[in-house]
Amino acid sequence: MSDQILIRGARVMDPATGRDETTDVLVGGGVIAGLGQGLAAEGAEVLDAAGLIVAPGLVDLHTHLREPGEEHKETIATGTRAAAVGGYTAVSSMANTDPVTDHAAIVAEIREKAAQAGLADVFPVGAITKGLEGESLAEMGEMVAAGVRVFSDDGRAVPTARMLRNALTYARAFPIEVVIADHCEEPSLVERGQMHEGVNSYSLGLAGRPAEAEEIMVARDIAVARLTGGRIHICHLSAARAVALVRQAKADGVRITAEVTPHHLTFTDEDLLTYDTNFKMHPPLRSADDRAALAAGLADGTIDAVATDHAPHAVEEKESEFDLSPPGTIGLETALAAVLTHAVAPGHVTLMRALEAMTSAPARILGAEGHGGPIETGRPANLVVFDPNEEWLVQAPFASKARNCAFLGKRLTGRVRYTMLRGDLTVLDGKATR
Amino acid sequence: MNKHLLSMHDLTAEDVIRILDTAESFREVGTRVIKKVPALRGRTVVNFFLENSTRTRISFELAAKRLSADVINFSASGSSVSKGESLKDTALTLQAMGADAVVIRHSSSGSPHQLTKWISGSVINAGDGTHEHPTQALLDLYTMREKLGRLEGLRVAILGDVLHSRVARSLSFGLVKMGAEVTLVGPPTLIPPDASAWGVQESYDIESVLPKLDVCYVLRVQKERQRLEYFPSVREYSRLFGLTTGRVGLLPEGALIMHPGPMNRGVEIDSDVADLPSSMIEEQVTNGIAIRMSLLYLLLGGSGGGEEPTDE
Repeated sequence: MSDQILIRGARVMDPATGRDETTDVLVGGGVIAGLGQGLAAEGAEVLDAAGLIVAPGLVDLHTHLREPGEEHKETIATGTRAAAVGGYTAVSSMANTDPVTDHAAIVAEIREKAAQAGLADVFPVGAITKGLEGESLAEMGEMVAAGVRVFSDDGRAVPTARMLRNALTYARAFPIEVVIADHCEEPSLVERGQMHEGVNSYSLGLAGRPAEAEEIMVARDIAVARLTGGRIHICHLSAARAVALVRQAKADGVRITAEVTPHHLTFTDEDLLTYDTNFKMHPPLRSADDRAALAAGLADGTIDAVATDHAPHAVEEKESEFDLSPPGTIGLETALAAVLTHAVAPGHVTLMRALEAMTSAPARILGAEGHGGPIETGRPANLVVFDPNEEWLVQAPFASKARNCAFLGKRLTGRVRYTMLRGDLTVLDGKATR
Repeated sequence: MNKHLLSMHDLTAEDVIRILDTAESFREVGTRVIKKVPALRGRTVVNFFLENSTRTRISFELAAKRLSADVINFSASGSSVSKGESLKDTALTLQAMGADAVVIRHSSSGSPHQLTKWISGSVINAGDGTHEHPTQALLDLYTMREKLGRLEGLRVAILGDVLHSRVARSLSFGLVKMGAEVTLVGPPTLIPPDASAWGVQESYDIESVLPKLDVCYVLRVQKERQRLEYFPSVREYSRLFGLTTGRVGLLPEGALIMHPGPMNRGVEIDSDVADLPSSMIEEQVTNGIAIRMSLLYLLLGGSGGGEEPTDE
């Protein structure tokens, strides 16, 4: 195989520069070697990309890779394969591994395994508190030295305002920007809760997780971020009032960013009426009004990024009773198509804004250098090529080890054809190359 | 009628009337010396009970046996479920055994819905978590219609822990479907905030509600709710929301007192009140067998409709 690849005739969309034009892209030596109309490259492998879109490889702020500790759900190899198939070149792995990613040795181990798999760059998220127990700060300095930029106890909120205050304050010690990312659900209001609280939870006899649980924690986090001058990121926003709080906080100059998942942009609590455990996640799917507020927040930039919260579980774990089933849906392989189908096609956000929220914006939050564009000569060739019009049925098997997918059985429009990590095709014709 | 009975929402008003009318003819079977008809001979009914419930299980067992079905009792203790087998694997086992109907009682809301994915026979919800208990609602509707002659326009209060009660859900949905007026009464912490979406009223003042009722339906209150801060003490619960001896006189002449059992005498209902002639608690149990016979018959054998039970 030639070491040069010519992507011919695609529409290049680069949110980092605003470039949107039909042009050829030549890739060689792991970088973008040339951009321009009618590029000729002797001996290059040619990908005919007429009608396709080239964008920076997608970047995910919120992935559960499950390794080490829960390899029966997912491994770094299968998780990054799912990422590649979904068009991602970089993902950040959440800290709720076993042992918890709360020290540098685990960070190094995850990076090493990801490098061996070679399917996507993995940026491990470090735990804020030791063992995710919420009682004492993890050794953040050691993890920052090992390359960690984002810290989170995701799965649960930082339990006290004092702990959050100390984490945000302590993080200022480091020469680079360190982000504290919080899972915002007030614990006592969601204890034993199974779904969004409202008329559907009352009728289904499932304990609720009210939207106010998120609102309370987002309000707290904003106040503490203001108090400390710290840099906060709100994971998977789901409630309309919480979106409004973030919008106001940004206007007030608080150093805050936020993400939303494709499934919260797509589904509502009405989808739980058959007790399908693939729709059980934390925070839960909420009302149609909440969903509309999330789309509006994504459109106006209140919500910076789309993040998958890819949460693989074993089949038998998800096939249990609803209240015993673990929360979460996988999302890496469906994220782009879901956003195109449920946010772009209905006109809620532009295609360029959607791509920004999946590339340059998360890359900036994550400090993922070389990812998220810009698509310029000399830059690392981390790219996705997708067909915006291909309609497909989401079905198992997935590249992920898991199949607990909220989109299972749904039709989506938009499909990844090629993914390229530093010039190396990780996905060819929609299939992982290894 | 639907193949399964998972929720009262699965039934139309016409279905409900058909079930009650069919139960009427089956009730006579229970008064015979030989309490058995051959309607479901050769059919297999599995009682799949993963939560303790002696009375509901026995009621279903008797109903199936009086219809001559083969009955298998599969309960949590000693079964594979207690050894860690998943709901799905157990369901597939029941499926492989050729169950024509699976009657499921489970502590998790929605388990009967999930079972329908793996079982080709009828699934009957015998109570799932805090969701529904439709056969209890049907036997209660039967009892009300029998004693009061109608369902439409009846004024019924459901008193107590509605939030966590599967009986309250099924009964509310059933009564509203049949044109009755329902008021939920209890501490505000135990009444769903969006109850109006069910087409029912709510009140926190039992004494203003009692004089307007045809039926006062009392729910069991679990004492553990107190620990979870829903109300301050059992004593205060009883004083503010219990159907006490001092309060029962506010009910109009002829109004019924009902309770799905088991009762906490002295908590939600005073002992003397439970034993009044207007208390229907034993009738409810008796009618439960006829209702479950009717349901099994209609789901498994009665697709032709209108067929009367015959002597063996």
